[in-house]
Amino acid sequence: MTHLNELTLAEARDGLKAKDFSATDLAKAHLSAIEAARGLNAYLLETPERALQMAEVSDAKIASGEARPLEGLPLGVKDLFCTHGVITTAGSKILEGFQPHYESAVTHNLWRDGAVMLGKLNLDEFAMGSSNETSAYGDVVSPWRRAGSDTKLVPGGSSGGSAAAVAAHLCLGATATDTGGSIRQPAAFTGTVGIKPTYGRCSRWGTVAYASSLDQAGPIARTVRDCAILLGSMSGADARDTTCADLAVPDFEAAVARGVKGLTIGIPKEYRVEGMSAEIQALWDKGAAMLKDAGATIREISLPHTRYALPAYYIVAPAEASSNLARYDGVRYGLRVPGKDIAGMYENTRAAGFGREVKRRIMIGTYVLSAGYYDAYYVRAQKIRTLIKRDFEEAYASGIDAILTPATPSAAFGIGEKGSGDPVEMYLQDVFTITVNMAGLPGISVPAGLDAQGLPLGLQLIGRPFDEETLFAAAQVIETAAGRTRLPTAWWA
Amino acid sequence: MSVDATTVRRIAHLARIAVSDEEVAPLQGELNAILAFVEQLSEVDVEGVEPMTSVTPMAMKKRTDVVTDGGHARDIVFNAPETEDHYFLVPKVVE
Amino acid sequence: MTAAVNPKKLIKGGLHDWEVVIGMEIHAQVTSRSKLFSGASTEFGGEPNDHVSLVDAAMPGMLPVINEECVAQAVRTGLGLKAQINHRSVFDRKNYFYPDLPQGYQISQFKDPIVGEGEVLVDLPEGETITVGIERLHLEQDAGKSLHDQNPTQSFVDLNRSGVALMEIVSRPDLRSSEEARAYVTKLRTILRYLGTCDGDMEKGSLRADVNVSVRKPGDPLGTRCEIKNVNSIRFIGQAIEVEARRQIAIIEDGGTISQETRLFDPGKGETRSMRSKEEAHDYRYFPDPDLLPLEFDQAYVDALAEGLPELPDAKKARFIESYGLSPYDAGVLIAERASADYFEAVAKGRDGKAAANWVINELFGRLNKEGHSIETSPVSADQLGAIVDLIGEGVISGKIAKDLFEVVWSEGGDPREIVESRGMKQVTDTGAIEAAVDEIIAKNPDKVQQAREKPTLLGWFVGQTMKATGGKANPAAVNALLKAKLGIE
Ligand SMILES: [Mg+2]
Ligand SMILES: [Zn+2]
Repeated sequence: MTHLNELTLAEARDGLKAKDFSATDLAKAHLSAIEAARGLNAYLLETPERALQMAEVSDAKIASGEARPLEGLPLGVKDLFCTHGVITTAGSKILEGFQPHYESAVTHNLWRDGAVMLGKLNLDEFAMGSSNETSAYGDVVSPWRRAGSDTKLVPGGSSGGSAAAVAAHLCLGATATDTGGSIRQPAAFTGTVGIKPTYGRCSRWGTVAYASSLDQAGPIARTVRDCAILLGSMSGADARDTTCADLAVPDFEAAVARGVKGLTIGIPKEYRVEGMSAEIQALWDKGAAMLKDAGATIREISLPHTRYALPAYYIVAPAEASSNLARYDGVRYGLRVPGKDIAGMYENTRAAGFGREVKRRIMIGTYVLSAGYYDAYYVRAQKIRTLIKRDFEEAYASGIDAILTPATPSAAFGIGEKGSGDPVEMYLQDVFTITVNMAGLPGISVPAGLDAQGLPLGLQLIGRPFDEETLFAAAQVIETAAGRTRLPTAWWA
Repeated sequence: MSVDATTVRRIAHLARIAVSDEEVAPLQGELNAILAFVEQLSEVDVEGVEPMTSVTPMAMKKRTDVVTDGGHARDIVFNAPETEDHYFLVPKVVE
Repeated sequence: MTAAVNPKKLIKGGLHDWEVVIGMEIHAQVTSRSKLFSGASTEFGGEPNDHVSLVDAAMPGMLPVINEECVAQAVRTGLGLKAQINHRSVFDRKNYFYPDLPQGYQISQFKDPIVGEGEVLVDLPEGETITVGIERLHLEQDAGKSLHDQNPTQSFVDLNRSGVALMEIVSRPDLRSSEEARAYVTKLRTILRYLGTCDGDMEKGSLRADVNVSVRKPGDPLGTRCEIKNVNSIRFIGQAIEVEARRQIAIIEDGGTISQETRLFDPGKGETRSMRSKEEAHDYRYFPDPDLLPLEFDQAYVDALAEGLPELPDAKKARFIESYGLSPYDAGVLIAERASADYFEAVAKGRDGKAAANWVINELFGRLNKEGHSIETSPVSADQLGAIVDLIGEGVISGKIAKDLFEVVWSEGGDPREIVESRGMKQVTDTGAIEAAVDEIIAKNPDKVQQAREKPTLLGWFVGQTMKATGGKANPAAVNALLKAKLGIE
């Protein structure tokens, strides 16, 4: 028999409904798995009392026939979502001990629907990173290992704690955020499914901001269906976020079984980047074949400005971040380090409170916005964003329903292997995912197989604005055809 | 474009981040690596292109003019490093 | 365009005459219940950090949502300034660190403000009218407040004002004297108060001025300017300009040059001084706020707001001159406050406009000022004052008695007609009674009668005596006529 924490979210939901086990049983199974997996450093904070309390409420609701959509389903929360009365750090020392007196819109929606909180998940500091090595609270270790090796691998980032926890069965699903690939890349590295919905699908209210025009929340889960279920609860209009769309939330779960018959899937030739491994190319071809076999038409398309997305991102995102992170000044919350005067207090607080990658991005952002450089950098980057978006619009206008690309240039790498000298080496991790944020589109990463070393590889599907349904349908086709990846035995437990 | 050590210090001060002398050179190297990477954007013809202001076309939502918040000074200063009588305390500011 | 320089406005230096050039940035607090981007109250005062939302305190993950009324108020103000209304404007972040700026940036409008060019007509005491160009009006957030005197080593920060909506109204450098500057702010304040978009209460900081001052020899290009920050009374604006202009003139005549800087006016010392903390070169790194979409509306929205605007001071003044036959000066005094204008119109309705203006300006305003009352709390209502004017017009009371009557109504209230009746204040028009009094005076003062025949101005003395004898109730016209006849004066 599988352990309760190894069920999919949908299976657990059905089991609860059938009263095969209780929400308390389910919570306890997760809590003990979490305890055993502390070596992965996926959870920054475990909240067992709260989990059991919420599970108890769920059991009562189930007993009285009032079960809500996510009743009793235990989830992990990326520590970028503010949780009422529960310390929220954004993976940064500057927010050490910060206890919000409010609940983020996304987590509020999940608890409203009956989900159970297990704890707060590790992440790259302020969601800046692609390997979860920038967290002030230590690296997250992937539950995956290369065949025959005990090298510790990164889970990807910035939602590395979310991806690792989902992969290692430390929650049924997790909240995550994606500014340049932070849901999809870790999902691809850990053999899980992650969707970044259309910008504006989920409210950003109460989620610590990195880059406002790019940040979107989304779920990571073990199956496409589980992602669809979670996104349905996480998303929805919110008057408190001006950029959140006033749209009804579709029945995402229903879309999972739609299939791809009659759809046209675009294969963008510009994603065939220089030096792409044969393995990734083969995976991509395989994915196209799976969709074709299921009745889709495959067509090559061109997205000519693709290669400029990554450099443009490294202007826009740091610029917004430099401003968004100005509020961490040691006055109203978080760390304060004294100085000789007020400016000294600011400088010492921010020097001690921010990690190296965060400082680097704040500095770049400050520079590109500064007098004399604003037009050359920021305005130009925003114009290029318009061009990137236009590429997609033209593709969709020509009859393309979704676009298939690799999710990452490679499988997971070892901790400490990348980006120590040249930050750009790490930034290239997001080369396939970043265009989607720049254009505000939905993108899903779905496992499609293992590489030669036995590590998971993912494919990405990109959709029209607010058409996450097509992505769920197409991703399900790939999941079904590829079969779910099998995690190696729990070496960490 | 690339930055020199003076510029690194100037930016750090603008961003209110203290940098030690030893940090300047590595920071300068990293910032220049990023600036060299983004340099390729200058080859794109952006003539007549509107800079993006919002990624999804929609009208800005507005609030009606009613008081819906306030009255919780204790929560507001709850996390502050130093407070007195619900004021935030900071090192003395001279004008 | 080079307007002719009015020599009267020049400042005498030691070496030659100087022209002072002034431009202003007025920060006017928008009249609204809640803040520009949060639902916290804008109410003045309050316990520290009580009128503060999570947004105002810049808690992590908080987002701004714009208050539609603040947008409407800015558009109304733009219409009142006869300005270009921009159907699309953008909110930018102005980035700098300061303890009363919780976000580390102020949300403002930099490149694309909601209101563009407009103008304000300013009447000067000598009867001259100047046109002051408005460059722009934009919406922005106010900062919190730091108290520096509570403690020797620390400042106390209160965010109650943080996020309150301000309109920054930027004028062109069209002002040429402290008097013009004061008149401009006064007029702008009047317009805002008419519109109901800012209460103009300078004591509470609802209206603050940043004053840009430079000097030049007439005909020269503009000199280097200094910005005097946050001057909070119209009197201080005048004083600050005077001392700053003289400071600059002294430096230049001494062979020095003016360095562009931000200064503070110290009313106690009567001087401006450099603001050290602001001296450091700023680089505000403006960029569009990614949390907010562009602010867009159509002409129908503007038209609807235009329709709801009240009659504005200039139009009202013209109408008062035209329909009540008032002098421009009197009309100007009456329209300075909307409540005064309304009061006057209530008195003038169906009556002689000039008489009504006279009573409102000379008697009522004089008395209100003396007692520190505002028109809103006047003990004499427009109906009561109207009745007094009627009683004079009907010849029931004399002007002098009317003043007594006004005093009675002021201190005791009541219906003026009834008071006149019950206290026997009616003027005597019965010539018989007046004649008796006149005869008695003539009989008692034969020498004066003799003198009056040679020196007709003595008639006044006889009038006075007669009025005294009748307790001021005699009809002055009848007294005059009778005396002239009896004294044989023509
Ligand atoms: Mg200003
Ligand atoms: Zn301003």
